[in-house]
Amino acid sequence: MDYFLRCLKFILPAAKVTLLLTVAALALGLVLGLLLAVARIYGRPPARSFAAIYSRVVRSLPTLVVLFLVYSFVTIVFGIRGVTTAVIALTACTAAYQSEIFRGAIQSLGTGQMAAARSLGMTKSVAVRSVIIPQALRLAIPSWSNEAAIVLKDSSLASAIGTTEIFRRAQQIGAANHDYLPAFLACGLIYFCLTFLTNRVLDYVQKRYRLKL
Amino acid sequence: MTEPILRVENIHKAYGPTEVLRGVSVDVRPGEVVVIIGPSGTGKSTLLRCVNQLTPPDQGRVWLKDVELTDKRTDINKARERIGMVFQDFNLFTHLTALQNVMLGLTKVKRMKPTAARAKAVMELEKVGLADKADLYPAELSGGQKQRAAIARSLAMDPEVMLFDEPTSALDPELIGEVLEVMQDLAAEGMTMLVVSHEMGFAREVADRIIFLENGVIADEGPPEQFFTNPKNPRTREFLWKLTELYGNHGEKGSRRSGRRGR
Ligand SMILES: Nc1ncnc2c1ncn2[C@@H]1O[C@H](COP(=O)(O)OP(=O)(O)O)[C@@H](O)[C@H]1O
Ligand SMILES: [Mg+2]
Repeated sequence: MDYFLRCLKFILPAAKVTLLLTVAALALGLVLGLLLAVARIYGRPPARSFAAIYSRVVRSLPTLVVLFLVYSFVTIVFGIRGVTTAVIALTACTAAYQSEIFRGAIQSLGTGQMAAARSLGMTKSVAVRSVIIPQALRLAIPSWSNEAAIVLKDSSLASAIGTTEIFRRAQQIGAANHDYLPAFLACGLIYFCLTFLTNRVLDYVQKRYRLKL
Repeated sequence: MTEPILRVENIHKAYGPTEVLRGVSVDVRPGEVVVIIGPSGTGKSTLLRCVNQLTPPDQGRVWLKDVELTDKRTDINKARERIGMVFQDFNLFTHLTALQNVMLGLTKVKRMKPTAARAKAVMELEKVGLADKADLYPAELSGGQKQRAAIARSLAMDPEVMLFDEPTSALDPELIGEVLEVMQDLAAEGMTMLVVSHEMGFAREVADRIIFLENGVIADEGPPEQFFTNPKNPRTREFLWKLTELYGNHGEKGSRRSGRRGR
């Protein structure tokens, strides 16, 4: 029990890194995912194809493979290392998944909203920004919460490219003491709490902003 | 005779191999109310959408006064501000209250300051009898209230022409009257209106002219008296007969209030 608490204490500071990875990847992925979804539905043919191909390719690859691809590429070409690499890789993945979430949400709005906005004289981009996206975001919250939990858990993969987040810390203390079970239990407990908190926050957001349909 | 405010000339529109509109021309003069009737799938909605270029026609031209809307160089967004459109299924913005729905075009298109936009939106809602519903979301409004809010949203832009695409077809019978009343008041104020509707009571009382669209062409056209009593095309009489069967007696005064109508 004493060892378990020591594990918790050792791992817990790394929760900052896990949260940083998760929040950064989710936020960047939100912006990129929205752009991809809008390009896919309202873009010109080249933008449409790019968005479709990007999403298809990235979603076909294991996140771990994307991590190593990005790691190899970014490290060789730009000489960037560490957390930034992991953020880029996780963003690349979640952007693809989020683009599908937003695409579904936009499509479920139907074409009438766009027609109404355009008939008032809005440009396509104003209509997308002030009519389509606000509604799509609200509709997307349930699926987005799910994606948030997935990204939180997938951030553990960043340990494979040397990012010291909670899973890597658990490995470290476990290895140092040749006693892994308490270390991973502590690690699991922290993930559980983080996921639980994330879900509660997003549940609140969903209730607060639910679209009345 | 005054110049037409809206000129629709020889519109053709095909979806794939099927030609939906096959050369339709309509002139609407200022203050005129033109009602378009015709079987389902005959291209009535497509025709209205060709007017404000939501659906660009394959062929033919549309003018609003001296602006050609079918001209690629025309700023279509500017032109659409001058043409209101009301949809069968309302298309209110679901994330905004009734008031915010009416305000959005004012702030985003006319670039009015929020306080001025709010004042104008309140006025427009008052005109359609929804002042007390301003802060409700579309989901909290009845069908008739939704459609009146949608009309207010269009009117807020101070359009010169209003297009109505079956504005009462999605409504429960008892809610049709309140929407038709708003439209009737609008017509009385001198608004130029192009209305797709099968409310024959409304057509008889309010329309200056009725157009019967069938298979993508105008099959018959005339003022209501002639249209109902002595149609030029025998098909017109047949179609009116069908409508009577579907919606109740079209000729009867006040039938739109009692709203007898089945599905
Ligand atoms: N976007 C579209 N793509 C393909 N076909 C369409 C589209 N819009 C309408 N149509 C077809 O065009 C015909 C006319 O439609 P519409 O103008 O909606 O008829 P109406 O309003 O008279 O019922 C219908 O057969 C419909 O299926
Ligand atoms: Mg229609």
